[in-house]
Amino acid sequence: MEHNIFTVGAFALLGAGIAMIAGIGPAIGQGYAAGKGVEAVSRQPEARNDLWVTMLMGQAVAETTGIYSLVIAIMLLNFVSGLLK
Amino acid sequence: MQGPKTVFTLFGFPITESVVNTWIVMAVLIILALVLRRRLELRPGKAQNIAELLVDGFTGIVKSTMGEKNIGFMPYMATLFLLILFSNIIGIFGFRTPTSDINVTLGYALMTFFSIHFFGVKAKGLGYLKGFFEPIFVIAPINIIGELARPVSLSMRLFGNMLGGSVIMALISGAVALFVPAVASIYFDLFSGILQSFIFTMLSMVFISLAKD
Repeated sequence: MEHNIFTVGAFALLGAGIAMIAGIGPAIGQGYAAGKGVEAVSRQPEARNDLWVTMLMGQAVAETTGIYSLVIAIMLLNFVSGLLK
Repeated sequence: MQGPKTVFTLFGFPITESVVNTWIVMAVLIILALVLRRRLELRPGKAQNIAELLVDGFTGIVKSTMGEKNIGFMPYMATLFLLILFSNIIGIFGFRTPTSDINVTLGYALMTFFSIHFFGVKAKGLGYLKGFFEPIFVIAPINIIGELARPVSLSMRLFGNMLGGSVIMALISGAVALFVPAVASIYFDLFSGILQSFIFTMLSMVFISLAKD
């Protein structure tokens, strides 16, 4: 089987696209955290500032997996642009 | 997406754009501090009011996350916050953001990593190392991998957010030239820059205070 540069590049680009499917997970997680945050604020409006900070922290940690996939996708794009040079 | 360009070479070390832009940020912060320090009055003016708001706010945040006894961390944490904040929002002025370089963010994350373990050992002695073998000693490798993953996830979070923001900003500026990039810049440069620098500092504070007690 013959591997030419374009097949490798095409599959790397496909991989970059597939890696970004991971963006679904953080979206669900962040939305869930935001919904719970709104619930908590409506129950206890005076604790608003603390709840806001806690919610943002949780969302930032939930975001990590999505950021990993973004970094992998960007690495694959860099690999392709280095391949074609 | 291209990496940072090499500006000049010093003793065989390439000095990249990230380093030069960090120097610019440092110069801005130092000049700002010197100017704000020079005219301190009992009845504060506009600039002094903002500075006092910043110091008071940060003292409050450090007190609420790390506790009253760890208030000594406030200057370090405020410096870290301001440095990352200015590095993030320097992109608005057309510079390449230093934080969209993995070497810079990994450097900041390693500072946090070493302070976590330094202050952990300092506060608890060898008992801190015993914490890795809890609840049972078989779990120690997993705990150690978890510890090593902390600087990776801290640096990747900041790096990925800022690089992703600048990639999207470049795409938007390439597609539409008028008005739209300005609005997008408010979110991708300003909002995400402030949020990410805050989160980096908050997580550092939480990790250090967890290691201490």
